[in-house]
Amino acid sequence: MDKQTPLVEMRDIHISFGGIKAVDHVSVDLMPGEVVGLLGHNGAGKSTLIKILSGAYQGDGGEIYINGEKAEINNPRDARKYNIETIYQTLALADNLDAASNLFLGRELTTPLGTVNDDAMEAETRKIMGKLNPNFQKFAEPVSALSGGQRQSVAIARAVYFDAKILIMDEPTAALGPHETQMVSELIQQLKAQGIGIFLISHDIHDVMELCDRASVMKNGQLVGTVDVNDVTDDDLLSMIILGKKPEGVPVQT
Amino acid sequence: MQNQAKSLINKLGLDPRLLGMIGALVVIWIVFGVFTDGRFLSPRNFFNVSVQSASVAVMATGMVFVIVTRNIDLSVGSLLGFIGMSVAALQVQVLPDVLGLGHWSIWIISVFAAILMGAALGAFQGWVIGYLTVPAFIVTLGGFLVYRGAMWWVTKGQTQAPLDPTFRLLGGGAEGTLGETLSWAFGIIAALVAVGFMLLSRRNKASHGFSVKPAWAEGILMAIAAGGILLFVTIMNSYPIPKGAMKRITKAQGIEYTDGMVWNHGVAIPVVILLAVAIAMTIVARRTRFGRYVYATGGNPEAAELSGINTRFLTVKIFALMGALTGIASIIASARLNAVDVGLGTLDELRVIAAAVIGGTALSGGAGTIYGAVIGALIMQSLQSGMASVGVDAPLQNIVVGVVLVFAVWVDIVYRRRTGA
Repeated sequence: MDKQTPLVEMRDIHISFGGIKAVDHVSVDLMPGEVVGLLGHNGAGKSTLIKILSGAYQGDGGEIYINGEKAEINNPRDARKYNIETIYQTLALADNLDAASNLFLGRELTTPLGTVNDDAMEAETRKIMGKLNPNFQKFAEPVSALSGGQRQSVAIARAVYFDAKILIMDEPTAALGPHETQMVSELIQQLKAQGIGIFLISHDIHDVMELCDRASVMKNGQLVGTVDVNDVTDDDLLSMIILGKKPEGVPVQT
Repeated sequence: MQNQAKSLINKLGLDPRLLGMIGALVVIWIVFGVFTDGRFLSPRNFFNVSVQSASVAVMATGMVFVIVTRNIDLSVGSLLGFIGMSVAALQVQVLPDVLGLGHWSIWIISVFAAILMGAALGAFQGWVIGYLTVPAFIVTLGGFLVYRGAMWWVTKGQTQAPLDPTFRLLGGGAEGTLGETLSWAFGIIAALVAVGFMLLSRRNKASHGFSVKPAWAEGILMAIAAGGILLFVTIMNSYPIPKGAMKRITKAQGIEYTDGMVWNHGVAIPVVILLAVAIAMTIVARRTRFGRYVYATGGNPEAAELSGINTRFLTVKIFALMGALTGIASIIASARLNAVDVGLGTLDELRVIAAAVIGGTALSGGAGTIYGAVIGALIMQSLQSGMASVGVDAPLQNIVVGVVLVFAVWVDIVYRRRTGA
């Protein structure tokens, strides 16, 4: 084990929905500058686990430590205070608002009079989109008029803009073409280099093998184990996901 | 030709839906104008329609926020009646005993009481909807019955009249206007402010390096805005005060009335109130966080919640605002009639919802404008006044209004589908 303090430590997290144990006493951790993949079938509990970290759900029990200190996360506002940003699988965009309004939703820039400063927000949005997705031009239209990739870049811009220390990406490339997927990969490398810790939820094993340092595999709400991706093969991960079987001869953290 | 018109609209940056609504309104006016030999297009009629629309239009601006967040408020008509009756009883039975009849502060206390009562009852409904998660339809259906019943209890069904003379000015009538001179001042200031805001917005956009409309397009828009305001004031200033009222007013002011002396009405006070409410609500909708969250929550409630917006408390605030506006509408309605009977506000909830919906507010949430709701209220009132002046029977009036409501929403749905908005 590392001696460094983990950026995030989720200990013994559990939550049930009407008798179904969606997350069953799971512990995972994340170091600064590290990418940890969360793998598992649909319904394995990975999105639910992460929603507890992002404040969308409140766990029935367990503890969350941020930089070694116990954190109370009861709603998405609390999570934002700990610099936890999330890119949801559904993107969580208000389709009737434009890109700038979505990017700043809940954290609007205001004028000295206290009114929202749309022009300043649009200018900031143009700046960050210029870096993330230079082709993006539709600043005046509601995001419902955007393509899947453009919508995704708005969601990513929102997570990256506000100095995230901990980034949660739930299937960030599911809606993207190969070129845009490549852009996301490069972005992850950049953010890693800045010391940001990333939880990457995916069911694409290749993505995980390529982008992640470690992988935590879940099945039926339980943690099968966490492994260093350099120690295992694609097949090892597959049998963890499908059979819940731990690979032999490598250190597995549970 | 069609493409030219389209590109002109684009260059001017006008909302086609707004143009459609204004077009519909103008068509209604012209049709009734023809059928009434021009009586419908007289200053007198425009004055009356503007006053009669005010109460419903004030509530419709609040209903926009309610419907945008995928809720509904069926209780506003009953709440208007309940507030009207309570405040009337306050100024007829309570305050004269405490302060003395005709005390200067009676109207001020009554106004605050009406607004506070509306806000408090609205906030309570919003709390039941947001925190106890009872659907808005049910909560406000309950409110609809409760307030109508409570209204009866206030005075055991007794009609309350007459109201305080100063309070009565808030409902319009010959005295309840700005008068000619003030109306001009009001119109000129309003026109200058409108042009000023357009210039300011243009300068802000340019300073950020965003593209702005061509100068001629902006100029045309400014001319339309300023011209529209001044045209309205001109019409209101062409409606002479009838002889009887003139005698009353001149006597009250200590001026000797002579035959042939003509004063005009000017802009009615309830219309000034409506304009103030509409401008304030537009600023709230477009320029405040609260307004932004209303639309975000309507567009995607889950996304709003995940962005850290407290959507439950937002619901409380929206219904409190709806209640406060109902309080203002209640002041206008009761002051206009100078009496409150147990029927005040009956069916108003349906007029208010219809006005918002005709004005382009989508029941599926996320879309709706304040100006649309005000124009929707004007369309409804114009139809009703027009049919009454042509001599259409009351039952047929209801049938026509009902059909128009469904038709207008259908047109809106087709429009949205075509434009993908």
